[in-house]
Amino acid sequence: MSSSSFRPKYGGGELPAGQGGAAPPSSGDAKGGATPRQPFIARHPSVLIFLVMLAAFTLGVTVLSEAFGTAILSTSFIKTLGKTLCLCLIAIAMDLVWGYCGILSLGHFAFFGLGGYMIGMWLMYERTKDIVTNSLANAPLPPTPDEIRDAIGTQIFGVVGGAEIPIIWYFADSLVAQLALVVIVPGILALVFGWLAFRSRVTGVYLSILTQAMTLALSLYLFQNDSGLRGNNGLSGLQNIPGLTDVPQSIISMWFFWASALALAFGYLLAAFVTSGKFGSVIRGIRDDEARVRFLGYNVEAYKLVVFALTAIIAAIAGALYYPQAGIINPAEIAPIASIYLAVWVAIGGRGRIYGAVIGAAFVSLLSSWFTGGGAPNINLGFYVIQWTDWWLVLLGISFVLVTLLAPQGIGGLFDKLVRKS
Amino acid sequence: MMFRVLAVLWLALCGSFVQALSLQEVLQANQAAVEKASRKTVDAVLSDLVTAAAPGTQTFIEKWADRDVWMRKEDKLFFFVETDDKKTYTLLDIETGAPISEAQKRDLKQLKPNSGVRSVLASYLVQFKLMDPEPRRRAQALQSIERDPDESHYAPLKASIEAEDYPALKERKERLVRLLAIRFEPDEATRIAAIESFRGNLSVEARAALNPIVETQTVFGVPENANIARILRYDQGDIDQTTALRLASAAGAIMPQPSLPERKAALEANIVDGVVGGVPLHQLDRQAARDAAYEALAKAGAVPDWQAAQSEQDALAEMEFAVVYTEPSAAVTEAAEATLASINQSVGLYQALDLGLDALSLASIFFLAAIGLAITFGVMGVINMAHGEFIMMGAYTGYVVQLFVPNYTASLLIALPLAFAVTFGAGVAMERLVIRWLYDRPLETLLATFGISIALQQIAKNIFGTQARPLTAPGWLDGAWVMNDIVSISYIRIAIFVLGVVFFCLLLFILKRTRLGLEVRAVTQNPRMASSMGINPDRINMLTFGIGSGIAGIAGVAIGLYAKVTSEMGSDYIVQSFMTVVVGGVGNIWGTLLGAGLIGSLQKGIEWLNPSNTLAAQTYMILFIILFIQFRPRGIIALKGRAAGD
Repeated sequence: MSSSSFRPKYGGGELPAGQGGAAPPSSGDAKGGATPRQPFIARHPSVLIFLVMLAAFTLGVTVLSEAFGTAILSTSFIKTLGKTLCLCLIAIAMDLVWGYCGILSLGHFAFFGLGGYMIGMWLMYERTKDIVTNSLANAPLPPTPDEIRDAIGTQIFGVVGGAEIPIIWYFADSLVAQLALVVIVPGILALVFGWLAFRSRVTGVYLSILTQAMTLALSLYLFQNDSGLRGNNGLSGLQNIPGLTDVPQSIISMWFFWASALALAFGYLLAAFVTSGKFGSVIRGIRDDEARVRFLGYNVEAYKLVVFALTAIIAAIAGALYYPQAGIINPAEIAPIASIYLAVWVAIGGRGRIYGAVIGAAFVSLLSSWFTGGGAPNINLGFYVIQWTDWWLVLLGISFVLVTLLAPQGIGGLFDKLVRKS
Repeated sequence: MMFRVLAVLWLALCGSFVQALSLQEVLQANQAAVEKASRKTVDAVLSDLVTAAAPGTQTFIEKWADRDVWMRKEDKLFFFVETDDKKTYTLLDIETGAPISEAQKRDLKQLKPNSGVRSVLASYLVQFKLMDPEPRRRAQALQSIERDPDESHYAPLKASIEAEDYPALKERKERLVRLLAIRFEPDEATRIAAIESFRGNLSVEARAALNPIVETQTVFGVPENANIARILRYDQGDIDQTTALRLASAAGAIMPQPSLPERKAALEANIVDGVVGGVPLHQLDRQAARDAAYEALAKAGAVPDWQAAQSEQDALAEMEFAVVYTEPSAAVTEAAEATLASINQSVGLYQALDLGLDALSLASIFFLAAIGLAITFGVMGVINMAHGEFIMMGAYTGYVVQLFVPNYTASLLIALPLAFAVTFGAGVAMERLVIRWLYDRPLETLLATFGISIALQQIAKNIFGTQARPLTAPGWLDGAWVMNDIVSISYIRIAIFVLGVVFFCLLLFILKRTRLGLEVRAVTQNPRMASSMGINPDRINMLTFGIGSGIAGIAGVAIGLYAKVTSEMGSDYIVQSFMTVVVGGVGNIWGTLLGAGLIGSLQKGIEWLNPSNTLAAQTYMILFIILFIQFRPRGIIALKGRAAGD
């Protein structure tokens, strides 16, 4: 460990110092050392710009939606947009942990999926309860609570050959408890895993592989039928909100869209706040040279742990908003590949910039659904027709290599250049 | 009729001259018993046939059992028949099979022995077959007994040993007699001796013969004069409540109580104007209310009586149950239990050996898949996410070669070096084009190579389609090396093991004994110092990467031989390969060997603990590895220098 500060480094993945921040705080701080602190928003104009743009976007989509008259955008497209906002939120989390703190986590989709599972348990339980209660209403005797529970168990777990409601569904009846679990379960998992990994000073590539292993272990576990979460069937029917069966999907989709936009706004604010102050400086320092920060007396492990757990919670909230819009969650969603894609988005968008993460996630995921959804025109080469449903991944892979090689700052880097020139 | 009398007289005459009777003559002597054979009478006929031992007897019994013997009504002689149109029948002689004359169907009668007779016939046939002069047919007879042993085989088999002159067959017969003796020997001492002769025997047949002896059933109470295995008491938790209740109520010791669904059905049947047993319907959404309603109904006599579960518990607590052997003799069951215990012990030992072999073969697959990665990761400090896709490229190379070279042995010999060449080239190209520019950004190497990985995977999918492609092993790799009924290992796995060992030695040789190896080690430890000593690190990096990728290609051919070749096969192995490298310690072939061994045996071990669930095995293995990294963050063998990181 100690030797690294005396010799040139060959590892560590640092960015050029000073380009990292959402808005480089160093210049502002240097000039205004004696002046009173400016308000947060004034110090970070990019935050305000982003929030205004997000608000405008949300308003525009609302006006164009089916629920509010004009119906230019279909409900399914609103859902896609809402899901994209959730992906932007988890991309912010990824950017915090990777772009700012230098931990290339290949496991944040595990937290995303766990958040989805936690809210999905409530959605599925309550909905099944409604169905069961309705069907038992015509029975000669009014059902006892035990009978209702048994019927729910059979209904939900019949598909994996069970009837008992597993113990982990204990709180599934309560929305408040499950909402709390959305934060608690991934948070605790991140804390335990992070504590184990960071205290033994697993860094760099090793840490990436370890996080990938964690994701793989979780998804393999969930694939089992006796995991208590319906194995590879996953949880389904999540788009139906219990108690709101009369509300059409076009309106529910708008509610989730707004909630996603709101969550993204708060996530952005939180990320900007966290990275702006002293805390932000320390975690950037950890990214650039962990050993030096440690020698300065900072408890590096604690900082990393806080960032890791915080981003895990953000990811979980994003997941809890995403899956009710997707309608179904299964263990394949949290396969290691998903987390790698997440890293790809952030890298293409430009890491070390919060808006870069948002741009990357929105750009790549929307482009991906355009290409794979058959929206892109096929290219006829004369001897071969390139069908984008087949070749999109090739294009993505190659463009990813090119971005890494030629534009390591991603799309956000191009923005920065434009801003600086003007 | 006249003829019959004459014939019998003639037979008697012949008998007195101690001349061998012909088959037809023996049959005519027992004419009625043959024509209307019954289980009681057929034995006498057959013993006559056996004593006479006339030529053709065996064929006759076979045909008789198959309902192929016909009788001419006119003279009551027996014939085999042949027919083309089911009207006119050609009569065949029962000894020689030569055609004798023709007859109409109405003049004939088919012999139709019933199933009882046929089973007697079959057992006599066994006797004949076991004594057959042709050893091949004796072996066949033994085989059919082994497949489906029956009490009727026992005596003839035992009798046939004496005359057996083939040592191999004799041994087989003796073993089979012992096996049959376990079940059918009337003499207890002989039977126990037979049972004990199978101590430590691994064969499935021995266990199949012994297991029925120790079969038990659980009964209520402790019966006298029974061979009791053990006594169960409910209050000591020896027996679960459902079973105990079922047995006790079947024996009438406990009044069967109406179960929950029965009580509910009774309630539903007794709804009168929205009230059940005095309780209004809407209150019946609690079990307590339902119980009260039921009791009220029971008091009124409308439904069967029901006491709360507590009284059942009290009654059961006093009761004893016994596990009783179906086999009456205690000495026999004791011997069988002891023998089974000793068998299980040796079975356990061999299973452990089998598990060890399995683990070894899994470890050699992991080793082959991971060794290339270990080299590139270790020497250059970069992670190659496309390594799995190089494995896939190797496997597809093998598949393509087989399309052009139909001889599997030849195609394998071509495919191995070709796969190496193809992936070597791909590796060098990737190093030159991409990785070279990213040596100071290892995390981005991970992502860039991941981009290459998804592109390669999708290209393979576009070219070869999504379905699995076969990579057929040559004939001499088919089959398995079988040690006994428990331990066996397929030749392909042995070949992969050998391949792993070869590569291990080869790489060790290259790294420790050649100029290239020296330079590689120098660059690994300190690239700047190495370059100032006149080593070109660029060239070394390129070659190392090529070699690592080339080995992945060869691993791909090997893996493709026993697993499916799909565009996703690489991603199946990539995480395990990373685990192997990380656990073993980066940049050290010994480390990779240890890592592969640890992960292979761990996975098999966990699978053995929970055989139904390989997913769980993988989950627990990964958890173990995460914990393992806690204690040795740099792997089993930690490396110093550049690859050790900071």
